[in-house]
Amino acid sequence: MTDRIKATVKRGQVREAIEQSLIRRRKRNRRFRMLGLGAVILGMLFLGMMFSSIISKGYSAFVRTDIQLEIYFDPEVIDPQGARNPDVLASATYGKLVKAALRKAYPEVKKRKGKRKLYRLVSTGAIQQLRDLVLSDPAIIGTRKKLWLIADDDVDQYYKHGENQSRLKGRQLAWMAQLRAKDALKTSFNTNFFTAGDSREPELAGIRGAVVGSFFVILITLGLSLPLGVAAAIYLEEFSPRNRWTDFVEININNLAAVPSIVFGLLGLAVYINFFELPRSAPLVGGLVLTLMTLPTIIIASRAALKSVPPSIREAALGMGASKMQMVFHHVLPLAMPGMLTGTIIGLAQALGETAPLLMIGMVAFIVDIPSSILDPATVLPVQIYLWADSPERAFTEKTSAAIMVLLAFLVLMNLFAIWLRRKFERRWD
Amino acid sequence: MKKFRSAIAMSLVFAAGGATAGTRDYIYVVGSSTVYPFATVVAENFGKSTKFKTPKIESTGSGGGMKLFCQGVGVKHPDITNASRRIKQSELKKCQTNGVKGVIEIKIGYDGIAIANSKKAPQFNLSRKDIFLALAKDVPDPKDPESGKLIPNPYSTWKEVNPALPAYKIEVLGPPPTSGTRDAFAELAMEGGCKQFAWIKQIKSDSKKAKKAGDKKLAKQLKSKYKAICHGVREDGKYIEAGENDNLIVQKLEANPKALGVFGYSYLEQNEDQIQGSLVDGVPPEFELIASGQYPVSRPLYMYVKESHVGKIPGIREFLAEFTSDKAWGDEGYLVDKGLIPMPKEEREEYRKAATQLIPMKF
Repeated sequence: MTDRIKATVKRGQVREAIEQSLIRRRKRNRRFRMLGLGAVILGMLFLGMMFSSIISKGYSAFVRTDIQLEIYFDPEVIDPQGARNPDVLASATYGKLVKAALRKAYPEVKKRKGKRKLYRLVSTGAIQQLRDLVLSDPAIIGTRKKLWLIADDDVDQYYKHGENQSRLKGRQLAWMAQLRAKDALKTSFNTNFFTAGDSREPELAGIRGAVVGSFFVILITLGLSLPLGVAAAIYLEEFSPRNRWTDFVEININNLAAVPSIVFGLLGLAVYINFFELPRSAPLVGGLVLTLMTLPTIIIASRAALKSVPPSIREAALGMGASKMQMVFHHVLPLAMPGMLTGTIIGLAQALGETAPLLMIGMVAFIVDIPSSILDPATVLPVQIYLWADSPERAFTEKTSAAIMVLLAFLVLMNLFAIWLRRKFERRWD
Repeated sequence: MKKFRSAIAMSLVFAAGGATAGTRDYIYVVGSSTVYPFATVVAENFGKSTKFKTPKIESTGSGGGMKLFCQGVGVKHPDITNASRRIKQSELKKCQTNGVKGVIEIKIGYDGIAIANSKKAPQFNLSRKDIFLALAKDVPDPKDPESGKLIPNPYSTWKEVNPALPAYKIEVLGPPPTSGTRDAFAELAMEGGCKQFAWIKQIKSDSKKAKKAGDKKLAKQLKSKYKAICHGVREDGKYIEAGENDNLIVQKLEANPKALGVFGYSYLEQNEDQIQGSLVDGVPPEFELIASGQYPVSRPLYMYVKESHVGKIPGIREFLAEFTSDKAWGDEGYLVDKGLIPMPKEEREEYRKAATQLIPMKF
């Protein structure tokens, strides 16, 4: 009797206990999901903040300000002999034409100091513009033409961002107002940014040199690290005996993947530059150093890809009489290739964003000429960003952000390519 | 496949051969990050206006530049090094032992070091003594400064250092010890204030006396004691090492109006709308005042050229001519537009002569 009562009471309690624990479990579940969602949202928020800050600062670097001036191609200045010798035309002082045009436009400026301020409205890049014009068509000499010339960075900042963001003052502001009233200021797409090398004048600086440098470096890194990494992974995964020695190699590879990149730079300095006497600042050395850095990543990814190919494939191949090498190269490798390539691309994307090891081998340098081979001095994109971020001129701030945008675009493209490769070629085993 | 393989082998041989064959058709410059903005402008103008290639300029710091420069003669070594201080005797010796015999010294101008804060705060009027007392690691006991007793820096606000200054917490953003700007700041600003205590100055003159008397060990000991007192910067968080990036310091000053920042004059000039330079000993960091030497915290900048590379590497002579021309370093040259403080005319003439006639410095 009492037993029975006890049992029913207990049963009720048990039910209650279960229900309560269920509520607790659901709550815990909900809380965990909220936390997870929160983490994702926070991450996205930071990403959004970074992107919006970079884009809002950098988009203006893709346009530049031009000033319209009436230039008189004075034969006295360009070619006093009248022989139209290209060498003479190339070495003429075109700066004088710009200065004469400015003096004519503002005849009221008499004092030397005022004139200096006036001349500073137009960039020194205008000289190059005029030279190119005359060289392409010498018949222009002796004529008068209204031309759009590149404006100085101070003018550019003023026109794009207003008075607060510019160093112009006093009279220069009045001139700017006049120019604006005459519609002699306009913005145009900044082709310079993509076609020119580095410069100390912000309005003339471009990323082409750095992009070409990055291209050479990545090419060398790819050409060396992919075959080496894949070969090492195949050997370790398919051929090598399992013993202490291979364990040791494996541990070392995993450790290398976590070594700070500056260490590879020091190694590169000691081995490639000091011992093999390869030239400093050359993309060849940069590529060799970054190869060292990306190799472990590629080996680890490639081994994982090989591991994911089911043993049945191998057994079937061997069972049909294939040699071990045939088995690996005809059956396993094609199936593992998408995974290997994905790992390689991610490794290369990492290498593309690296500056620290390049610091040691002299690739952090002011280089104007666009490199034409892997032995010419060069910088890479992230180094260019670093150098611009360190420059005193205010106008370099937007250049820095714009270069970051270009670098990010490359990284996103590479990662998209990796995803596409995986989607297209990956085989699922189930 | 075979062809491809041999092509790779060939290209590697060529690459290595080309690299070691000993040709370089561009000038290779290393050195100070303070001179870097000036040297690069000259390099760019030189590249544009002549048939030579644009020189390559690496910013390695003054010390790092000297090390590379003095490693030897030949195409893989730099032709020119920039420095924000004069070459040291020890560095010259190293140059000589490595076969770098003729070194041409060219002073290129001056650089002022600004101690600036945000325009939102009042302008500071500091004396060098204030700077020393606010930033030194150990200072003379405030109760009896001439007693010769040092205590760890007790000051936490500027008002405590000098009642005329605002009651702001001491917070100075500046370059790390590896920087030439820091060396110059310690030497010119802090030592300048430090020397005003008679007993500290006495240490230096004692050292000189000991050196004359032939007691080298004592001289060295006293000298390093003097240096430790005058150049030692406090490490309790009041002086914040903000890295070599001067732009970053400017941005931080903008965000924190109560802080002061230490950096080169060109950064002050570029950001005049946001920050203001403090007066040092009553003199503001203005172009004319630095050029005339009235502003106490300014230093000369140098360039060192290997005589033996002239004629071997194309364009060095022409590059030096460009650098020392009036359109570059003159009173109204383009270097001045970038923030360089030019030398007086006679001094410019003297160094131009050294540069164009390749007169090596005497050891």
